[in-house]
Amino acid sequence: MNFGAVSAIYQAEMARFFRTLLQSFISPVISTSLYFVVFGSAIGGRIQEVEGIAYAAFIVPGLVMLSVMTQATSNASFAIYFPKFTGTIYEYLLAPISFLEVTLGFVGAAATKALFIGLVILATATLFVDLTIQSPLAMLAFLLLTCISFSLLGFIIGIWARNFEQLQLIPLLVITPLVFLGGSFYSISMLPPAWQIVTRFNPVVYLISGFRWSFFGQADVPIGVSLLAISGFTALCLGIIWLIFRTGWRIRS
Amino acid sequence: MPPIVSVRDLTKTYAGGFTALDGVTLDIEEGEIIALLGPNGAGKTTLISTICGITMPSGGAVEVGGHDVVRDWRKARDMIGLVPQELSLEPFSTVWNNARFSRGLFDRPRDDAYLESLLRDLSLWEKRDAKVMELSGGMKRRVLIAKALAHRPRVLFLDEPTAGVDVELRKDMWRVVERLRGEGVTIILTTHYIEEAEAIADRIGVISRGRILLVERTEELMRRLGRKELRIELAEPVDDVPETLRRDGLERVDGGQALVYTYDTHAERTGITALLADLQAAGLQLADLSTSNSSLEEIFVGLVKEDA
Ligand SMILES: Nc1ncnc2c1ncn2[C@@H]1O[C@H](COP(=O)(O)OP(=O)(O)O)[C@@H](O)[C@H]1O
Ligand SMILES: [Mg+2]
Repeated sequence: MNFGAVSAIYQAEMARFFRTLLQSFISPVISTSLYFVVFGSAIGGRIQEVEGIAYAAFIVPGLVMLSVMTQATSNASFAIYFPKFTGTIYEYLLAPISFLEVTLGFVGAAATKALFIGLVILATATLFVDLTIQSPLAMLAFLLLTCISFSLLGFIIGIWARNFEQLQLIPLLVITPLVFLGGSFYSISMLPPAWQIVTRFNPVVYLISGFRWSFFGQADVPIGVSLLAISGFTALCLGIIWLIFRTGWRIRS
Repeated sequence: MPPIVSVRDLTKTYAGGFTALDGVTLDIEEGEIIALLGPNGAGKTTLISTICGITMPSGGAVEVGGHDVVRDWRKARDMIGLVPQELSLEPFSTVWNNARFSRGLFDRPRDDAYLESLLRDLSLWEKRDAKVMELSGGMKRRVLIAKALAHRPRVLFLDEPTAGVDVELRKDMWRVVERLRGEGVTIILTTHYIEEAEAIADRIGVISRGRILLVERTEELMRRLGRKELRIELAEPVDDVPETLRRDGLERVDGGQALVYTYDTHAERTGITALLADLQAAGLQLADLSTSNSSLEEIFVGLVKEDA
């Protein structure tokens, strides 16, 4: 195992993050505050409670998930797309590193950044609402797994993308709608029955539900199913990445 | 001693169906400097990339230090450094961090003293905190060399290292190459500058259309293919080459003021003695005699034409 390479990649990626730390820090704080103003105050004025939870508090897990998923995806996809764009990808192909090590370095860094942003949002949220987290350990575990799995997804997108448009496309076209339709800002039980069935096919539902469970002790789907879903998703992404490196698809001619 | 790089019947057909390497076999000895000479599109970069593991071979095998580059890739790649043809660099990172990063990728422990000496050798030390994007093209090329050497490779590939490079850098580069040669590092460089190959390489391989046409020791190549020209300045110009002098390789030049005789230095008989005797017999007065080597460049152009 080439740990030197993992750490070199991780550090280089984190250095990029620290170069733009202020920006990385401020934009989630502002956008979270805006969400609270719009959803928490404006809508929350009409919807008092969802399933016995104050609406402003109810949306916190969804907000965190929304940012973490989009951040993890775009961070990881950009991180691996950029060396393809500048041509420095040759170094990763040349060095004695396996797919696992490259992935570990890139995905580790992208997940760290997403985790950081998730925690910043959570901290910002406490300025607006009273939050008690029922099982902090489960909350952290869900957060971490989401950071990792969506960084893996972003990594795949970055390898697949041939230009910057494609790089933006998936987060915009797939992830944001899935998250919005995944019960970030409402309970699935609030939807008409037909739509409730449709949302069962949205993987994000399971993540947000599980995450919300760790806060409030209640969920749209059983917590075990949520755990299974996110583990399955992580395994699927890892499998795809393994295949990509095995075949050299869009990387090694 | 077994060769440090061994290429066997290597073929590479790109996804589009183009065959860039067509059965290349080549052994490179440890510690030698070998130049791969060939026109654009000959397959030099493809050959290097395949040895380095950047592109996958379609057929044949490559071993570096006795390790198959596909099966035993980790050990093989551990020995290799590459300075690519393109100026591909992370623009936002500093010179120092770039070099450190490359060293890290090869799992070498941190060694700031070595990196410092490397950057000093390449006149990069003053620029160590500059971002790569602030550097000129020549400086970027130096950074690429520093990155390639950061892990102390045993085998160094230089893909057209001096294309579009200023004199200063060329000097610095050859100084570094000399030092590496002293340390026993094997160096494979590609170029289409013939003087470069001639000046620095122990052996020269000529590659064209994905095939190695020949590999020779530099001096032998020159000797074997070396042609010389004997220029005979005449006291009085001649309108025509006299009957008794006519032979292969003899031409009348400068309006009959001189004759040029091209001969093979390696042939059994050069024909010079006979020519001089015949000149005397024909009663021609000689004003001067001079010989000149045809350059390796002409040899090379000849080779590529031969293949076409
Ligand atoms: N990735 C690729 N896909 C398809 N053809 C390629 C690729 N890379 C190089 N070639 C072709 O292979 C041939 C050899 O290229 P290259 O190895 O770069 O030559 P050289 O370095 O000697 O100039 C060229 O005709 C080039 O167009
Ligand atoms: Mg080339």
